[in-house]
Amino acid sequence: MALVEQNRNGENAARLSEARASDYIALLKPRVMSLVVFTGFVGLLVAPGHMNPVLAVIAILCIAVGAGASGALNMWYDADIDAVMKRTRNRPIPAGVVSREEVLVFGLVLSVFSVMTLGLFVNWLSGALLAFTIFFYVVIYTMWLKRSTPQNIVIGGAAGAFPPMIGWTAATGMVSWESVVLFLIIFLWTPPHFWALSLFTTNDYAAARIPMMPNVRGEASTRLQILVYTLIVAPVGVLPWVMGFAGPVYGVVSTALGLAFVAHAWQLWRAPSAEAALKRAKALFGFSLLYLFGLFAVLFCETLAQRAWTWIGI
Amino acid sequence: MDWHMSMADANKDLETISQSDKQKKAQRSRSVALGIALALFVLLVYIGTWAKLGANVLIRPM
Repeated sequence: MALVEQNRNGENAARLSEARASDYIALLKPRVMSLVVFTGFVGLLVAPGHMNPVLAVIAILCIAVGAGASGALNMWYDADIDAVMKRTRNRPIPAGVVSREEVLVFGLVLSVFSVMTLGLFVNWLSGALLAFTIFFYVVIYTMWLKRSTPQNIVIGGAAGAFPPMIGWTAATGMVSWESVVLFLIIFLWTPPHFWALSLFTTNDYAAARIPMMPNVRGEASTRLQILVYTLIVAPVGVLPWVMGFAGPVYGVVSTALGLAFVAHAWQLWRAPSAEAALKRAKALFGFSLLYLFGLFAVLFCETLAQRAWTWIGI
Repeated sequence: MDWHMSMADANKDLETISQSDKQKKAQRSRSVALGIALALFVLLVYIGTWAKLGANVLIRPM
């Protein structure tokens, strides 16, 4: 049986779908998903206690599919915006490969399956957190905040910050202060990361009528706010070591990365010209990725090393 | 006999859709992906049930 779609131009004629499996994978935003999987896995690994490895794999898989479902539902709602922006105009819906209705059903089915599977096999608290994350990203961020306030990614950033907390909850069955700290690191990292991106894609966001900070408050204000957020996130990034659930290597690396992050933000704030600001915004954006990946990678390696040493009895 | 003839005539008037090669390839790609996804899900439920319940999976109240 062939999948028949309504013609996108509103004509009555139907057309057969030319969507390949890869188009559906693109709907899951694989690059975003990879970061979510990584941070979720680190949250699960760092958590105290032992978890059955099979159930741990199922938990990570559910977090990944839940994140993918959020991405698909985001593309379903934002199809009009995606068609306008250069960065997103080749996504499956604006490219005319998949219809919005198909994407809605795809996203909803994956959401239900990921939440139910996580709840049934791991625990219902992590299942509920995953459901809330999907709801927060799709309804609170995509449908409400994104088009209405320049604080959109400040509040909406919470959706991207939940995965390590879900990983932690999957392993322990409870939300603890350590998981809240992991949440805060990503939550506070999100504004400088996205505002740096928006500084060199201002026209794109303006064309799509999205009230990003540079369009609404101006570039100077955005650069100052980026600096303020990096000044907050840098010490918060060191907290896992201060609280004792990360070792000295993490302490040194997180301090160094935090100082470098602040230095990048300072240079951006003090940029002497628009051209220099553009260049420094790109540098800050690149470094912000390195910062977050670095923190979680060190946390991951250090925990793994500690477990290995304990296991071989050193 | 007449009934068969009228059905054949009716089928001639039906508006049918024929797939292009691109559409056939796309459909096959979707079908294979869906098949793999379903098989993996069945496997996940099977292995997950054993991992969660262990030997208790065999203990059922009669």
